[in-house]
Amino acid sequence: MRRLLAILLENEAGALSRVIGLFAQRNYNIETLNVAPTEDETLSRVTLSTTGDESRIEQITKHLNRLIEVVKVVDLTDGDHLERELMLIKVRAVGDMREEVKRCCDIFRGQVIDVTSDAYTIQLTGTSEKLDAFIRALDETAVLEVVRSGVSGIGRADKILSL
Amino acid sequence: MTERLSGGEMLIRALQDEGVEYVFGYPGGAVLHIYDAIFKQQRIEHILVRHEQAATHMADGYARSTGKPGVVLVTSGPGATNAVTGIATAYMDSTPIVVISGQVANEFIGSDAFQETDMVGVSRPVVKHSYLVRSAAEIPRIVKEAFYIACSGRPGPVVIDVPKDTTDPNVFFDYEYPETVSLRSYAPSTRGHSGQIRKAVAALLAAKRPVLYTGGGVIQGDAASELTRLATRLGFPVTNTLMGLGGFPGDQEQFLGMLGMHGTFEANMAMHHADLIFAVGARFDDRVTNNPAKFAPDATIIHLDVDPASISKIINADIPIVGPACSVLAEIDRVVEAKMAEDPDALDARALADWWRRIRGWREEHGLDHDQRHRKGLNGSLLPQQVVQAVYRASNGQAFVTSDVGQHQMFAAQYYKFDAPRRWINSGGLGTMGFGLPAAMGVQFAHPDGTVACITGEGSFMMNMQELSTCMQYALPIKIINLNNQALGMVKQWQDMQYGGRHSHSTYRDALPDFKALTESFGHVAYRIDELDELDDVMADVFGAKHKNDLVFVDAHIDAEEHVYPMAIKGGAMNDMVLERVDGRDDIRDDL
Ligand SMILES: Cc1ncc(C[n+]2csc(CCOP(=O)(O)OP(=O)(O)O)c2C)c(N)n1
Ligand SMILES: [Mg+2]
Repeated sequence: MRRLLAILLENEAGALSRVIGLFAQRNYNIETLNVAPTEDETLSRVTLSTTGDESRIEQITKHLNRLIEVVKVVDLTDGDHLERELMLIKVRAVGDMREEVKRCCDIFRGQVIDVTSDAYTIQLTGTSEKLDAFIRALDETAVLEVVRSGVSGIGRADKILSL
Repeated sequence: MTERLSGGEMLIRALQDEGVEYVFGYPGGAVLHIYDAIFKQQRIEHILVRHEQAATHMADGYARSTGKPGVVLVTSGPGATNAVTGIATAYMDSTPIVVISGQVANEFIGSDAFQETDMVGVSRPVVKHSYLVRSAAEIPRIVKEAFYIACSGRPGPVVIDVPKDTTDPNVFFDYEYPETVSLRSYAPSTRGHSGQIRKAVAALLAAKRPVLYTGGGVIQGDAASELTRLATRLGFPVTNTLMGLGGFPGDQEQFLGMLGMHGTFEANMAMHHADLIFAVGARFDDRVTNNPAKFAPDATIIHLDVDPASISKIINADIPIVGPACSVLAEIDRVVEAKMAEDPDALDARALADWWRRIRGWREEHGLDHDQRHRKGLNGSLLPQQVVQAVYRASNGQAFVTSDVGQHQMFAAQYYKFDAPRRWINSGGLGTMGFGLPAAMGVQFAHPDGTVACITGEGSFMMNMQELSTCMQYALPIKIINLNNQALGMVKQWQDMQYGGRHSHSTYRDALPDFKALTESFGHVAYRIDELDELDDVMADVFGAKHKNDLVFVDAHIDAEEHVYPMAIKGGAMNDMVLERVDGRDDIRDDL
């Protein structure tokens, strides 16, 4: 089962390497990882997606909590939450394909953020499934480069992760 | 008035302010400023080891025998990497040590400078926490936090990596040692959840076939007297893990002995057939449970541990309690006492009597010395079990006993009965050969008048025997009992039992030193024993007034064919054990 963990971490050198080291050391996998400082600059927020059954996620959470620099851990998938991922994708667009790619981009509510004579760079946000679907919708040979931010997640409504 | 101190001086002053008595260390370029600060003071005694691994084990032995943190100081690069085995050993057994490693100056970090190693990186998986000092001003706070983290909650090793520039003797700072730490992300629990405690009491009182299974958490958590009080009140059988020996007096009728891979028949049978297991400060290690899928099929599990991550890691706990063993056991005992006062029949006395009858049956059927009784006199050779028993007698059961890893370790654990905590000191989690002698040294520093015995094997002893020189320098009167079977005995035993007796690289082909001459060359006293009838006389000398101030090495040439029994059958349940040799050979089974 896929799980999305939100982690508040001391914004200190080396803190993230402990989180990542823990996953490697305990044989847990990281599917996506996203990290940046929060509005409180002493804290970083990590969104990490992983897979495992309930007992495995419980172990991961406990071990994360054991790290001195981890301030809080929440399994967002336990409740209602929102997730979004950002993708920048460079697509070959020459001749007829220019129109085709543009149309597809519009359908997915993407934005063309850079244009050259033979390529578009498109920005797309949404759930990971939506980003996957967009890539599938394009001609495979046209995709030149893809960069994805990994998932960011937040609990719905009054569920607030803070100190 | 605040003092003006250099970084190196602040480091040493902070250790003084922590009440540190000893620093076990070894100098080198990156720590020379710190060594100069040590030279200029008297309050902390620095112990010069012969290898950094040994320094960490000494600090560890000091910590295990006192509950106080042990402190290590090593240089960068090879000094730091040599310390890693000892840090990992402390990590696996949750012992509080603080390791200060030198580092190249901040400006050279990352440049592959001479003797540069990323110590924070190398040690990361085996520390509770670590620090890299970025500026000297941080030193007092970092030291304060390091000691707090090492000792609180589930204890563990903390590394402080100190770049040379931060100890510069020519740059001065206002020194003030912080009184408290503030770590918003670290708050070890101090008491258990009262609802869980009530559930646990109800389960304990309802039990028909209970076992108290306790581990190193009782020792580290200073909960032995609370455990003993509760266990005595309930009258339940108690078994200890390898790490938990001494948590309950080993000479009591209620004590089933050690459990697990080389545990007693009665302890393993009781675990397997229990309807209630109360695990305290134990972590259901695979050396205990054997195959977790077949573990104690009928048992309700209460699991008390200070570390939530230990609970339900291997075996699901029906009633988890997170908290310090000491306060939670005391609380449980209070509630049990009240319930028993309310209702004299709170316990199921009939069922418990039946349970004890079964346990005594197992004890008679296969007491620990069954195999020994069976074999004694067969060829008149000296058995390792007899040596351990002689050590027990000669030291009146009051010695601190350290050990290494192998058959000798299991014989020591099985046959020396510990009646108090912090007396049995061994590397249970990592299984580090070479631990025994330096650990014994740390214990002896902490307890100058105590009797300290190191029960070792010749293989393990040779991994840190250079420390005999340190023992001479500091006049440590340790008694080293070398159970010499001229082999990596435990490896050989597995080869006998699982590899058709093919002894691939588990013997030394007559290349062993004369250990008596060897230890004498370091200036110590040594004996050699070959025969059973010399045993008690030699031990009386070794542990008597005659050698009170000497390090004595006893090279006991034991029967090299001896195996440790019982031994769990791989993949089985806890009641699946090989109990003895058949016709002088093991049952060689394909499924082992
Ligand atoms: C550093 C290290 N290397 C290897 C091992 C694997 N090992 C476990 S027991 C053992 C044999 C120990 O021999 P000895 O110290 O003579 O003890 P004996 O079993 O003969 O009593 C070995 C090699 C270990 N535990 N530690
Ligand atoms: Mg040996």
